[in-house]
Amino acid sequence: MSAVIDDHGHAGADHAHGPAKGLMRWVLTTNHKDIGTMYLWFSFCAFLLGGSFAMVIRAELFQPGLQIVQPEFFNQMTTMHGLVMVFGAVMPAFVGLANWMIPLMIGAPDMALPRMNNFSFWLLPAAFLLLVSTLFMPGGGPNFGWTFYAPLSTTYAPESVTFFIFAIHLMGISSIMGAINVIATILNLRAPGMTLMKMPLFVWTWLITAFLLIAVMPVLAGVVTMMLMDIHFGTSFFSAAGGGDPVLFQHVFWFFGHPEVYIMILPAFGAVSSIIPAFSRKPLFGYTSMVYATGAIAFLSFIVWAHHMFVVGIPVVGELFFMYATMLIAVPTGVKVFNWVSTMWQGSLTFETPMLFAVAFVILFTIGGFSGLMLAIAPADFQYHDTYFVVAHFHYVLVPGAIFGIFASAYYWLPKWTGHMYDETLGKLHFWLSFIGMNMAFFPMHFVGLAGMPRRIPDYNLQFADFNMISSIGAFTFGATQIFFLFIVIKCIRGGKPAPAKPWDGADGLEWTIPSPAPYHTFVTPPEVK
Amino acid sequence: MSEQLATRTLIVRLMLLAVVMFVFGFALVPIYDVMCKAFGINGKTGGQYEGSQVSDPSRTVKVQFMSTNASDMVWDFYSKADQLDVHPGALNQMIFVARNPSNRPMTAQAIPSISPAEAAAYFHKTECFCFSQQVLQPGERIEMPVRFIVDRDLPKDVKHLTLAYTLFDITARQPPVAQVAGQASQGAR
Repeated sequence: MSAVIDDHGHAGADHAHGPAKGLMRWVLTTNHKDIGTMYLWFSFCAFLLGGSFAMVIRAELFQPGLQIVQPEFFNQMTTMHGLVMVFGAVMPAFVGLANWMIPLMIGAPDMALPRMNNFSFWLLPAAFLLLVSTLFMPGGGPNFGWTFYAPLSTTYAPESVTFFIFAIHLMGISSIMGAINVIATILNLRAPGMTLMKMPLFVWTWLITAFLLIAVMPVLAGVVTMMLMDIHFGTSFFSAAGGGDPVLFQHVFWFFGHPEVYIMILPAFGAVSSIIPAFSRKPLFGYTSMVYATGAIAFLSFIVWAHHMFVVGIPVVGELFFMYATMLIAVPTGVKVFNWVSTMWQGSLTFETPMLFAVAFVILFTIGGFSGLMLAIAPADFQYHDTYFVVAHFHYVLVPGAIFGIFASAYYWLPKWTGHMYDETLGKLHFWLSFIGMNMAFFPMHFVGLAGMPRRIPDYNLQFADFNMISSIGAFTFGATQIFFLFIVIKCIRGGKPAPAKPWDGADGLEWTIPSPAPYHTFVTPPEVK
Repeated sequence: MSEQLATRTLIVRLMLLAVVMFVFGFALVPIYDVMCKAFGINGKTGGQYEGSQVSDPSRTVKVQFMSTNASDMVWDFYSKADQLDVHPGALNQMIFVARNPSNRPMTAQAIPSISPAEAAAYFHKTECFCFSQQVLQPGERIEMPVRFIVDRDLPKDVKHLTLAYTLFDITARQPPVAQVAGQASQGAR
């Protein structure tokens, strides 16, 4: 907080000095651009690590029978893939984008709490080092699925579960501090004239996401604390023998878990709402309805959690309530999809890489939304529960949803970050390979899931063999393509056509009024927003 | 300066919100118990029932009994019959048998559950070994009665109930020596 005062105290002097030199620049930095960059690189590393776990899973499932890994290790891979992707890849990527773009979009000189910003980033490498180190411990790493249902994660957990719990605590603290920072920045540091309803949608969706984070990350911390107490201090929150109830775990977990899925998608909604108008050369259709739809989705996310638990044995009235509440989410989501399509309608469309990812986002996320509606139907869910249909559903909302949203954002803002244009041909190649690989990997999962292939099992019935081989080939394609993305980004950082201040002629927003690459200090004097 | 004050106030409020939500996570535990009790969901049965009801001979409900050992539990544990046909309102009894075949004193706790779950609120136990813990010496065998009334208001579509007990070994948590008094009262009953 004192850093804020300092910055305001002698803003003029601040403008003069650039970044410090050497490694300590990155360790000690309080600059939102540096921290944003570190978040993005961290999330990309986690993306590759979590992806390599997925490659192990797909390699084992290439053929029926056990070939490569033992079931115990397979379980650790499914668990760690989920944990690393959710907490290490998707969430930090969005925090990175928020750090970079929110101050630039609202005309703020930096985040409101720069030192806390530094701390919340540096907690993450510590947390993930701890989490990944469990794989090398005797008894292995977490093997109970990323949802860590008790008693699998308490009574029957490997010894390393305590490290897992501590890692979750650290990530939670990091996320909560990040969220507080985002809210304080948006509410207090907007440039004069930047009213709430003039903010770009990325800022709006992040503001709502940050409130979701503050509301549910403490509940996650609570549930892992209860696990810790059950394991080490003799309490019985989730143990029926002592008067507890394992079903309680699922309720508390999903009270966190369902808002969490919107935490992972809302910022992508916001980014796409900037990108589609830019390449349609039209303002966003229905801005106000977009804001209210985001709010409605966030509210509804708190009252639908038990749709993850239809088969656990809840009363019919409960199933009906959670079924209809879940289906209600399709309404605000439908409003958003309608607005994106209407923005493109009769626009002067061009399909540069960010737009390709954004359009694919709209189409494929909608497919994931529809399979979500199928899963919301309680009686049908009894059939789909814990099958590959569920895996197909949530990968369709998370890969072309969250991940494509991040790719679109990265290509859209790379010229601003690096001062160079990325190689458009390579970008398009990255898109098409990702698009084909991703669909090849996840579309067949719908079929094997409906036919009854259970998830999280290293072996399967012979009848599923062909579809699984196709899935694996698609997954390997998608995985290898992301190494190619790394190459494109490094190439863009090292050189390329110099980027003008506003490289996209349809783009709109304060971030395009500053030069490319963005100077180390921006908006030291707040811009005037008309 | 007012901006700094605004930020400080905001941060305090947001941190308070985080703390409140952490506490709320723990508050979900009693809320969950209260909800389960109020709506009779999740198959949890209530405590000892003090009332009595008039039997309704025009209606018969089949009650089945299940006895299960939790993992690591070694006792023999079974009911004397698998099922009873009962009239709602009438008082019924079933004897459960437990024997400790091990060579050490052990403490056990039985946890009841009713299926279908929505019938749990209509199943009243006037006496149950699940209300207390059982301590058995090596080789000791006890017969434990369960007396129960199926409520006359049981929904008409429920014709079939299952009362399932799971027996947990809680010797580590409740060492048998501390339970000698409870053992005596168990014998007296």
